[in-house]
Amino acid sequence: MLTLLGVAVVVVGFAARFNPLLVVVVAAFVTGLAAGLSPVEVLAAFGKAFNENRFVSVAWLILPVVGVLERAGLQERARTLIGGVKAVTVGRLLIVYMLFRQITAALGLTSIGGHAQTVKPLIAPMAEAAAELKGGALSDDEREKVRAMSAATDNIALFFGEDIFMAIGSILLIVGFLDQSGITVAPLQLSVWAIPTAVAALVVHGARLLLFDRRAAQRSPARAPAE
Amino acid sequence: MITLSFVYVLAGMLFATFAVLSVRDTANPKRWTTGLFWALFALSFLVGDYLGDVGNGVLVLAMALIAGVGGLGIGRVATTTPDERRAAAAHWRNLLFLPAVMIPIVTVAGTFAFAGLTVVGMVIFEPLTIGGAPIVANPKQATLIALPFAAIIAGVLAVVLLRQPVASPVQEGRRLMDVIGWAALLPQMLASLGAVFALAGVGKVVGDLATQWVPADSLIATVAVYCVGMALFTMIMGNAFAAFPVLTAGIGVPLLMHHFGGDPAIVGAIGMLAGFCGTLMTPLAANFNIVPAALLELKDRNAVVLMQVPTALMMLAINTTLMYARISLSEQAQNTLLCTACSR
Repeated sequence: MLTLLGVAVVVVGFAARFNPLLVVVVAAFVTGLAAGLSPVEVLAAFGKAFNENRFVSVAWLILPVVGVLERAGLQERARTLIGGVKAVTVGRLLIVYMLFRQITAALGLTSIGGHAQTVKPLIAPMAEAAAELKGGALSDDEREKVRAMSAATDNIALFFGEDIFMAIGSILLIVGFLDQSGITVAPLQLSVWAIPTAVAALVVHGARLLLFDRRAAQRSPARAPAE
Repeated sequence: MITLSFVYVLAGMLFATFAVLSVRDTANPKRWTTGLFWALFALSFLVGDYLGDVGNGVLVLAMALIAGVGGLGIGRVATTTPDERRAAAAHWRNLLFLPAVMIPIVTVAGTFAFAGLTVVGMVIFEPLTIGGAPIVANPKQATLIALPFAAIIAGVLAVVLLRQPVASPVQEGRRLMDVIGWAALLPQMLASLGAVFALAGVGKVVGDLATQWVPADSLIATVAVYCVGMALFTMIMGNAFAAFPVLTAGIGVPLLMHHFGGDPAIVGAIGMLAGFCGTLMTPLAANFNIVPAALLELKDRNAVVLMQVPTALMMLAINTTLMYARISLSEQAQNTLLCTACSR
């Protein structure tokens, strides 16, 4: 039971909004010490894992090109383009993006989107422009909500789309694990069972996105006289 | 043959450049600690394999302390003003999208080229080779190796096509990195914490706890404990992959599959998806939840998680219902079959 102390540190540390990096370090030491390791052994285990997990940070190599495109006006162009579509709303735009992201992820093209590649340079500015088109200038709070919803939609579409692709990591993990337990499942059977959930995600989140539009529409007439 | 070390050298050089630029940036009030942080990150990528486990431990501890106590400042990069960007956007128009779409196109094309493509057991094409040896040694790393290629090709295209200064990629990269700040290190730190958790056997303890909670005679309760347990455990570990083996070994295989006769494909697939609902609700899945908040410069670092919670809860309910319905239907079908058999 003592091993769970580290989990408690993580939960309390994140909830109390301490710096997450420090919380992780403390949690690692608490867990290791509770499991009977010496401080140096914990440090070594953490260092070894850090070195082995460097691939996680490789994604940052994409930032230079994203930055250059911003410098050259990509976000502004994305805004202008969306501003020319009269029927667009935040919800409708994000539903289209969600469908696109789910279908491409289901075909195994998970790296086609992402927060650095698509959400920051394209989708979030487009969503903001769509919101401004309907409701005029956005307050900081509204802008924050539109941006957060753009990022959330990317995640939800990815998570409930990628498992339809047979060769994705999670499907291979399920096949491998069940195989160890003496149960044989074909990847295709698993991916077929990811389809109902994918459809449900589109319906549930799509409904939330349309509701998001309606709330924004209710707010904007109240704001109009003040402008 | 290209391995991950090639990618690590690239990353090391980029972070080393960030370090030098940060130290030289007198507009950054914390330029020395900022520079030191990126220098340590560069060191990790360039010579991490030679530092030894304790050496790497000291390195990551130093990085976490610098970033954890607010040692990362924001530098000043000579970027364009909003007016200049509007003018540039009006000038380049849709040409701006070309380098942007090159990133996913090259990443996807590179992945297929390095790993080959097999659809439903049919080989569409083999991995590319040079002199008989595959270009990429480990096909599992194909995307990781294709991504930097895509970044470089798109970056060169952007600089040439859109007439940007040659130094602008590293400068703009540093600008975004400064905005992200400490969150840049969090995903790798959490992955390392997962390794310490595994070493200490945290997963087993949680799995045993969850198993104790199961009233083994009720299908609906067992399904609920398994699915909600997957979500909760994923929230704690920040990763559904860590939760899946533990709970499936404790509840999924012995109870849902063997005792209740549930189809392993249904239990496995929907169990994992229930875990994904947890991923949407935890700040510990930093890549998906905290990093975008930093990238999009949100004031509340939990804004993305909070936005996802309603969808995640509804999806968890749907996944649980779906699994229960499927298993109980097949159970009923079996019972009917048995009864028809006995009445005859």
